[in-house]
Amino acid sequence: MSARVYETEVLVIGGGATGSGVMRDLALRGINCILIDRKDLNAGASGGNHGLLHSGGRYATADAETAAECRREGEILKRLAPECIDDCGGLFVAVEGDDPEFANKFPEHCAGAGIPSEALTAAEAREREPALPENIIAAYAVPDATIDPFRIVLENVGHAERLNDSIYLPHTEIEGFEINDATITKALCRDRRSGEPVEIRARQFVNASGAWAEKVARLAGCSDVSLLYSKGTLLISNTRVTNGVVNRLRLPDDGDILVPGGTVSLLGTSSVTVDDPDGIAPTVPEVDRILAEGAAMLPVLNETRFVRAFSGVRPLLKSAGSEADGRKANRGFELFDHEDQGLCNFASVAGGKFTTFRLMAEKAGDLVAGRLGNSEPCMTNIEPLPSGDALRWTEPGAAARDWYRRADPADMVLCECEMVARSAVDTILADAPGAEDHMSLKAIALRSRIGKGACQGAFCAMRVTSHLYDRNVYDSPDGLRQMRDFVKERYKGVRPVLWGAQMPQTELAEILHCGLAGMDLAAAEEGADSK
Amino acid sequence: MKRGTRKIETQLAIIGTGIAGFAASIFAGQRGLEVAQFGHSGAMAYTTGYLDLLGVHDQRLQQNPWDALDALRQDEPRHPMSGLSNATIRAAIDGFTDAISDMGIGYTKAGDHNLSGLLPNGLAKPTLSVPDTMRPGITALETGAKTLVVDFEGLQGFSAKAFEVNFRDRWPELSSARLTFPGMENRQVFPEVLARSLETSATQQALAELIRPLLNGVEYVGLPAILGMHMPDEIRARMEEAIGVRLFEVPTIPPAVPGIRLRETFERALPEKGVQLEPQLKVAEVDFRPTGATLHLHGPMEDLEVEASAVLLATGRFLSGGLKSDQDSLSETLLDLPIRQPQDRDAWFRQDYLDPRGHPVNRLGVEVDGRFQPVGADGAPVHERLFAAGAILAHQDWVRQRCGAGLAIATAHAATEAAAAVLG
Repeated sequence: MSARVYETEVLVIGGGATGSGVMRDLALRGINCILIDRKDLNAGASGGNHGLLHSGGRYATADAETAAECRREGEILKRLAPECIDDCGGLFVAVEGDDPEFANKFPEHCAGAGIPSEALTAAEAREREPALPENIIAAYAVPDATIDPFRIVLENVGHAERLNDSIYLPHTEIEGFEINDATITKALCRDRRSGEPVEIRARQFVNASGAWAEKVARLAGCSDVSLLYSKGTLLISNTRVTNGVVNRLRLPDDGDILVPGGTVSLLGTSSVTVDDPDGIAPTVPEVDRILAEGAAMLPVLNETRFVRAFSGVRPLLKSAGSEADGRKANRGFELFDHEDQGLCNFASVAGGKFTTFRLMAEKAGDLVAGRLGNSEPCMTNIEPLPSGDALRWTEPGAAARDWYRRADPADMVLCECEMVARSAVDTILADAPGAEDHMSLKAIALRSRIGKGACQGAFCAMRVTSHLYDRNVYDSPDGLRQMRDFVKERYKGVRPVLWGAQMPQTELAEILHCGLAGMDLAAAEEGADSK
Repeated sequence: MKRGTRKIETQLAIIGTGIAGFAASIFAGQRGLEVAQFGHSGAMAYTTGYLDLLGVHDQRLQQNPWDALDALRQDEPRHPMSGLSNATIRAAIDGFTDAISDMGIGYTKAGDHNLSGLLPNGLAKPTLSVPDTMRPGITALETGAKTLVVDFEGLQGFSAKAFEVNFRDRWPELSSARLTFPGMENRQVFPEVLARSLETSATQQALAELIRPLLNGVEYVGLPAILGMHMPDEIRARMEEAIGVRLFEVPTIPPAVPGIRLRETFERALPEKGVQLEPQLKVAEVDFRPTGATLHLHGPMEDLEVEASAVLLATGRFLSGGLKSDQDSLSETLLDLPIRQPQDRDAWFRQDYLDPRGHPVNRLGVEVDGRFQPVGADGAPVHERLFAAGAILAHQDWVRQRCGAGLAIATAHAATEAAAAVLG
């Protein structure tokens, strides 16, 4: 098979916050890029986090530098990307049994990192967050906010594509580099769906592949990137539990942070060191531990309905003492120019936080632009992020608001839990990043709330699949296979929170998926064929 | 203000309004028992309309459900159907299909083999008996007849195109088309609304006129299941006459017409046969005494107190409220009947959603003895006048085994027989 060939100025590897940030940073400097991801946008830690735009309070005690970085970056994003952000504020709360000394020093540590904090009485804290318990021993308000990690990454890519014909190629995996005279000449990739080889020629290559950055660097022969993989698991509730972010005021542990996200809340997170960033999934014991810890701070969580759990892998930079406990690792980032590894046009940016992605992208952008002789300054700290019509469907509640506002009786609802209408799916099909490529059920779900409501895809997987057949996106039994893969993937997150109100939902899902759609038999048949 | 408490008496109180509950009402009525039936769930709207007996055994599709039942008795002796003979099961199913056919929804008589029931996404499933409105589609598939499948603008979840594309390999003479349903332009449409609209001859004629120009020599036309809520066979006959070719229905994503049809038919016909039916009332509490039980129900207008000589529990599983769970344990909701508890929640579900072995939780439920009486840990009946039937029973996985209707009907029959024996 002959390779599909692309040519660009900069190839950016990794479709998460950092990679999409580098793509936009470079496009704003007039540099043409191709962004690739072996899966799709936010497949790693960028899609597996709280959606918390840190004030820095979380790191104020242990890592003042990261805390200050979070504060500065949070302020920039609140100013320039307000549509991706809910500036809801946050509380740090200690309850009986927590260390009062840690709590007492918190405002001092915040002040050291330039983070404003306001001491609240227990009554004041409960007025802001009625779900808090009586036994609060300390509470502080900080400028925490929430960010829609899907929306901002989609907006980054969408903006870059509009600026200068930079493009995004999903499902494109890097397999190797061709190197001549200390210079990478092309990236050898593969389209993971068609199996087709893809060759990308570029002048500069940026590795922003998050938890996979060490592996990608090694493909170029660089051994200087060394990561620690810290698995974090989170739970998603069916409703919004608190008005703002609520953090436990203690050294970071499981179940410490509850973050609202539109109409839902996210509780987490655990930190377990794993050997490999691939193939992780949330487990029942993790969920039970996070919930028990979270309920100590917010007893209402014991009565809360959770619809799903998910896990992400934090790519942490290895440092002394971090091997045993990911929580002790530095949350800062590092830019590798790889020049001491004998390469002059390769860079890796690794570590860091979602909150600091823009800064990571800026540093990478400065290096790459300089190497290309481009003297344009970084613009992402002054240029507002525009808002694209095809990209506004990831926020919980957004599709429902739009559907009610337009009140078009012909616009049928494909997902009733989240009120995602046919028109929203059609907009994504037409214009969202990756649309020029084949847009599957999974890709649409990533760009919307499809499959994320109470039924977790029981109905909408089938309805959207039907619609994709109607739109000729699917024209073979492959559409049914993709629907199966989608519900199997959703189930991995549903399984650990299966009790209470989710039991009837899952029973119904199985009635539909197996009884009506025959997915179990089709899966068994395919398994038998391939043996 | 409530009007107070109404008191009624009955011989057999049936709790549950799914296939098992309604089948029990039918069988008990045929036996001359006084019957009262209660329930509150709409889970019947989730059925395709197909009556499965045993479509999958040993993780394989079964062409002959009777042979499969023989194998089931060997391999799964504790399966609720394993204690019943093929002759008994066949008699129960015949009794049920005859009864619903008499009530106005024609069903095919159980044969010696499974049929290939058409599914909306262009696959087929093994099933024993189907509504008469769906039978021609099975013949069309078997013979590869030239067939047109039609869907409607604004109808979510049924795509004639998907049906065509996925059947294409085994049914090359299949084509698809999309129409705007008469009088329903520019709006989202629901199967139930279309079905009620097709009850009028004006809509039948208007739809037939839209279909006729598309025929192009086809022998069959398939529609989503919308051929009326009552008298679907008559509507199909009239439409066939107007179009001039054979017509059939395909099940749709729920809430779907075939199940609603069954429910409305039972709700109309059973009271005519003397059943005291309260299909919207939930039983709150049951007090047993040596010769029967008192059931307490709380309605919006009045409370109800039922003196029954025997009770048949057919409340289904989690979806219809017969079972519930908290974070650590599973329980039966009404009587707190013992449910075997796996080691921990991690053992309820398998890692792979579509694991062909099915999830262990689906085989947990109410344990019964050979007379379908719920038993305690000691193996003795919990109460002499309590019986159970249907999906709430342990040791079956009706979804994966494709045995939902067979399980419901056969165990309802057996439990009713056992109750009748106690009642004398």
